[in-house]
Amino acid sequence: MSTASNTQKKGGFLAGTANYLDERVGVAGILKEFGRKVFPDHWSFMLGEVALYSFLVLLLSGTFLTFWFQPSMAVVEYNGVFAPLKGAEMSIAYASTLDISFEVRGGLLMRQVHHWSALLFVAAAGLHMLRVFFTGAFRKPREINWVVGFALFVLGMAAGFTGYSLPDDLLSGNGLRIIDGMIKGLPVIGAYTSSLLFGGEFPGETIVARLYGLHILLVPALILIFIVIHLFMVVIHKHTHYSGPGRTDSNVVGYPLMPVYVAKAGGFFFLVFGVIMLVAATFTINPVWNYGGYDPSPVSAGTQPDWYIGFLDGALRLAPSHLEVVDAFGFTWAFNILLPMIVGVGLLAVVAVYPFIEGWVTGDKREHHVLDRPRNAPVRTAIGAAGVTFYAVLWAGASTDLIATNFKTSLNQVLTTMQISLFVLPVLAFWITKRACLALQRKDREIVLHGRESGRIVRLPHGEYVEVHEPLEEFELYKLVDFKAYQPTLARPNAQGKITIRARIRAGLSRFFFEDRIMPVTGSELEAAQHDHGPAIESQETKALH
Amino acid sequence: MAIQKRKAKFNRRSPIAAAIVLAAGLLLSGGGYAIASSAVAAEAAPNAADIAEGHKLFLANCASCHGKNAEGTQNAPSLIGVGAASVDFQVSTGRMPGAASGPQLEVKPVQFNASQTAKMAAYVASLAPGPAIPDASLIAANGDSTRGGELFRINCAMCHNAAGAGGALTQGKYAPNLMGANPKEIYEALITGPQNMPVFNDANLTPADKNDVITYLMFLESNPSPGGNELGNLGPVVEGLFVWLAVLGGIIGITVWLGAKSN
Ligand code: HEC
Ligand code: HEC
Ligand code: HEM
Repeated sequence: MSTASNTQKKGGFLAGTANYLDERVGVAGILKEFGRKVFPDHWSFMLGEVALYSFLVLLLSGTFLTFWFQPSMAVVEYNGVFAPLKGAEMSIAYASTLDISFEVRGGLLMRQVHHWSALLFVAAAGLHMLRVFFTGAFRKPREINWVVGFALFVLGMAAGFTGYSLPDDLLSGNGLRIIDGMIKGLPVIGAYTSSLLFGGEFPGETIVARLYGLHILLVPALILIFIVIHLFMVVIHKHTHYSGPGRTDSNVVGYPLMPVYVAKAGGFFFLVFGVIMLVAATFTINPVWNYGGYDPSPVSAGTQPDWYIGFLDGALRLAPSHLEVVDAFGFTWAFNILLPMIVGVGLLAVVAVYPFIEGWVTGDKREHHVLDRPRNAPVRTAIGAAGVTFYAVLWAGASTDLIATNFKTSLNQVLTTMQISLFVLPVLAFWITKRACLALQRKDREIVLHGRESGRIVRLPHGEYVEVHEPLEEFELYKLVDFKAYQPTLARPNAQGKITIRARIRAGLSRFFFEDRIMPVTGSELEAAQHDHGPAIESQETKALH
Repeated sequence: MAIQKRKAKFNRRSPIAAAIVLAAGLLLSGGGYAIASSAVAAEAAPNAADIAEGHKLFLANCASCHGKNAEGTQNAPSLIGVGAASVDFQVSTGRMPGAASGPQLEVKPVQFNASQTAKMAAYVASLAPGPAIPDASLIAANGDSTRGGELFRINCAMCHNAAGAGGALTQGKYAPNLMGANPKEIYEALITGPQNMPVFNDANLTPADKNDVITYLMFLESNPSPGGNELGNLGPVVEGLFVWLAVLGGIIGITVWLGAKSN
């Protein structure tokens, strides 16, 4: 005790507290270990953090909302201040959302903070996933963490959907009705599942309370646990870094977590928080008072889900309309619903297992801590581009009506165009991206071997003009040559001397991935090139002059 | 209870029930129409000079499509019996004179002043009885906005969107944004059913109901969202675009900018 009070005198309150904690739980040791973790500096590494901070904002604003929100579907007569609903019959859930919006001090702001940060949470997580994908950060040893991150993305969608349905307004009710329809579209189990979920015939009287339990308890708890696992694995694996001199697969170059990084991160939290507050204070989101309480009969034009559910809604809209119902095996198969569900779930499944597919194809068992430049993995990058395009078309499919009215075209044409685009555009995106990557790699080779065009033109004694090429600095050179190009593997016979189907598939995939490739410049090539060129002047004639 | 409910449902689906409902509907709407048109007929006739001048204007501007006596041509429907309300709506919103274009005649700048419009309306009304231009008392926007909102969501939101922001119909047709429509225009649209909009006669929506709907729409128009900029009231799609481009884009922009500054 005396030590603590001594220090308090010397170092003030903060130091005193630190000392107090240290003497009791040994925080200094923990912090020292944790604080010496190193985190590299690049804007694309901040995307995960944006998601993390949005989640913190969600927890805080959501807790505020729970103080007033009442998840009951019992009917009351609204008697609040919003004139065009006065006297209307509505559920308590909707009435309490209106009260939060119009009567609770700061309530509308908090609702808007909560909803905007929900959109931002999933968007940041999604972009973070794309960064991880395109830089190959999911490779060994981080495959499991990719799956954890993927689970977080899906949980974010679940949190958003369950929250979106709570206010029990017309828009969210329409959304639930679609989900109900999708569930009922499942053969055999559909009707039972729907009845279980809604506690009877849609909409029933319990769905809001059930979703509420999921929304404020189960889903956030799962997200929290997964975030902890996710970050824990980041600490264990250490962060990846982009290539550069001194950056290898066995080190991390960056700032120590303590104090530089934590100070920065703290600042960054407030930046994200500030942007969310600013947007929530100035832009309306989900004006539930316009939509009215849920009533199964009206449906509004322009009914759409939040963006992260959009790709599923789009899949539903794009499904060909003559597939409605097929009778087979004694059951009714609603393929117009089943097909979109298969597409949506299939897309997510491929995303979840991609690292294992790529790992199996390359057979690469080494650890990777240096990130790939996207161009140096042309086929992966192209697959990513195709996937993003496929998702984007589905997503745009959810707004066919808005596209039609805003661009003054026919809804039917927009729909047909998108149905075709869904298959054509991803193939195009794949091809263009792959070609672009290969071209960029060739250009890199050029630059490494012959230097950078300086724009300086020199006249040689005999009158010829040539452009001077400047050799690269060591730093840049490193970035351009530090990658590995895989060779396609051949299907080899196994111990019994048979080539298995598995081996054939793997060889096929390997060919698909690596048949077109640009090798990185080797040391000897570089030397040869420099020797050839002498003063780094590129021109056949110059060579002859030597 | 449950069994009874089922029975009721079954009955509603039977073909006889459908026929009865259809007959009742026809009777109601027909009756409503008769009442509405008799109301028009009872109105004081506009003076003959106005009608004559209206006919002149009509010959000059409208006859090429609608025919010399508004009897209709291949290009445009007959206007006999459409009533003064239809002419007033079409001309004062800038829809008429029409211009051949896309799947739906567009709103253009208004070409006639109020008195010219009234004269043409009087001319068309003189041809046969039809819905009249509503009285000021019918469109006072002093009704029950709660009921108006409910009626709007049930009868109009599927085309015009719950917030009146408009929506797409098939084949390039669309229901326009209603923010900016005035009470008279709304009432006339309801009783005449322009282009792809259905007619809401007095049996569907009584004049009081119409006034309630107008009251509700006027409330929406004069009370912008308390939550700030409405982003066009187009709902989650625009919100999603905004979060990607402005919010996430903005945060990345700031991060890159700060990074560039510190180097
Ligand atoms: C270019 C040809 C054209 C001209 C000129 C034109 N109209 Fe029309 N009008 C149409 C067409 C086509 C329609 C039918 C629109 C529809 O319902 O699809 C129409 C519809 C109408 C209607 C609605 C009829 C109903 O069923 O309620 C009115 C009223 C009308 N016109 C009045 C006028 C008046 C008054 C003028 C002159 C100022 C005029 N039009 C000039 C083409 C024209
Ligand atoms: C089947 C879809 C449909 C329904 C239902 C419908 N409308 Fe319309 N509405 C339209 C279309 C299409 C137009 C555009 C007509 C035109 O341009 O000639 C329109 C035009 C209007 C206009 C004129 C707007 C302007 O820009 O001048 C008003 C006002 C209007 N509707 C109000 C209503 C109200 C109120 C209801 C409900 C009682 C309703 N509508 C129901 C399709 C619909
Ligand atoms: C984890 C991510 C979360 C997401 C993506 C999310 C998303 C949403 C969304 C989109 C809504 C609809 C808001 C609206 O009315 O416009 C909502 C409502 C709500 N959320 Fe969350 N939420 C999350 C976490 C939480 C947490 C942790 C809590 C509470 C501790 C919470 C409490 C609430 C409450 C009470 C409502 C209903 C109030 C209202 O709609 O105004 N949420 N949520």
